Amino acid sequence: MAGTTEWVAGAAGPAGEVWVPRSTRWAALRDGLGAYLLIVRMWLRSTMAYRASFVMTAFGNFAATAFDFVTILLMFNHVDTLGGYSLQEVAFLYGTSTVAFGLTDLTVGSMDRLGSRVRDGTLDTLLLRPVPVLAQMAADRFALRRFGRVLQGALVLGYSLAVLDVDWTPLRVLMVPMMVVCGAVIFGAVFVAGAAFQFWAQDASQVQNAFTYGGTTLLQYPPGLFAKDLVRGVTFLVPLAFVNWLPALYVLDRQDPLGLPEFVAFLPPVVAVVCCALAGVLWRAGLRAYRSTGS
Amino acid sequence: MRLYWLVARGGFRRYATYRMATVAGVFTNTVFGFIITYTYIALWHERPRLGGYDLSQAITFVWLGQALLMTCEMMGGGFADELIERIRTGNIAVDLYRPADLQLWWLAGDLGRAAFHLIGRGVAPMVLGSLAFELALPVNPLTWLAFLLSVALGVVVSFAIRYLVALSAFWLLDGAGAAQIAGLAGMFFSGMLLPLTLFPGLLGEVSRALPWASMLQIPADVFLGKSTGWELVRAYAFQAGWAAALLAAGRALQGVATRRVVVQGG
Repeated sequence: MAGTTEWVAGAAGPAGEVWVPRSTRWAALRDGLGAYLLIVRMWLRSTMAYRASFVMTAFGNFAATAFDFVTILLMFNHVDTLGGYSLQEVAFLYGTSTVAFGLTDLTVGSMDRLGSRVRDGTLDTLLLRPVPVLAQMAADRFALRRFGRVLQGALVLGYSLAVLDVDWTPLRVLMVPMMVVCGAVIFGAVFVAGAAFQFWAQDASQVQNAFTYGGTTLLQYPPGLFAKDLVRGVTFLVPLAFVNWLPALYVLDRQDPLGLPEFVAFLPPVVAVVCCALAGVLWRAGLRAYRSTGS
Repeated sequence: MRLYWLVARGGFRRYATYRMATVAGVFTNTVFGFIITYTYIALWHERPRLGGYDLSQAITFVWLGQALLMTCEMMGGGFADELIERIRTGNIAVDLYRPADLQLWWLAGDLGRAAFHLIGRGVAPMVLGSLAFELALPVNPLTWLAFLLSVALGVVVSFAIRYLVALSAFWLLDGAGAAQIAGLAGMFFSGMLLPLTLFPGLLGEVSRALPWASMLQIPADVFLGKSTGWELVRAYAFQAGWAAALLAAGRALQGVATRRVVVQGG
């Protein structure tokens, strides 16, 4: 929608800044981000109108994800290692996967509502506004309570970093933030691609859940646990293995079950960029294929 | 009685309308089934016969969990969200004037929904799971029947809990918090995350005595042939007891709510 047209006068947002889409790609990106932040701020203000409710739901989100780790703790109550990995190592996988996914869920977690918007026809409203649909969808009903998941993952990650017996070289230290950031971007691409899929299959948002929520659950456990075909699938097909598995194997000095060369541990930034490009192509194709239900 | 039968059929058909959503749901249940199965294989590889289950029984437990997740609505939801919304908007006043019992009406609809979810979201993942892994499927047809009865009782317990949660909206107006807490408890105490026999000490004893055990742990034990003879009677008594107690609590709360609470104007 935006990006090709030169808007002379933009609407002044609630915060006072003037939003003017421009023709170049970078300007379009900046405009999209600006619009995203504007909508996010709006939802933040509305959330903060009910502070007690926010605190409760944020705690609920924290507790909901904490149960995943409690399950792992209960498992380690019966065993010393799981698939040859210690609790500290599993906690590292859990922490990196949960923080990366949590950041994505926080920033673009509403994308999966696209199918229901197509069904009830409210997507048309978004198409009429001079703001990129992607930015509107991503910021729709921005829920700060989802920060509960990030916090929970960060606590487990902090614990694992404190107790892990790893030879911390500068490179290994740098790997940790790189995993979290690139992992979040890869998950974000999966969210966008999944939402684009819903332009065609409107009530199949559960498929997206399998890759997003299912993906983060998968990455919480050592790759050696799973069938090789499954590991191949999340390495080459839907490259979730680059979120944390492959770089984590380097940090933990572990063998990769597929026997890939060591440099793949450093590929997440490349994979993240490629994923975003592909998701962008899918999104635009989906948007073009969109037919309003007319209801 | 005919009215409630029609409501139940309506509940069934309502969910049967969303075919694509059902297929997508089966896909998700299957993916999660695979992921959890592999973690259980690793766990039971270290500790065979953990929690009293051998490996194939443990894996069967996983797939039963995926099959019953929607049937017993362990995460909460289903009719509860709708009832909460009707209470919040005041539409509940219309329901109260209907010549039908409010609790039975919603129960009938929920049983219809559960029947659909058992067939639509339960059978397919189970079949897919049994193709990929060696599941401990009962050979005796009576065990299957006993299992179905246990699932039915589990659905009633699940309904009774969600009904209480929904009625809390009469006082809280926003039922989201209560629903979320109930959903968390359902996931944790039903055995969905890990069989309750693996929970240690007091936590294990308490969790096995709570009503949520009726939704997965008990039906799964019936399915796996752990509960036979008097054990089976005890299992049914446990489920029926919780169902009766929670339904009675719901009825009492409904009475208080309709007598004392001013319905929100629409």
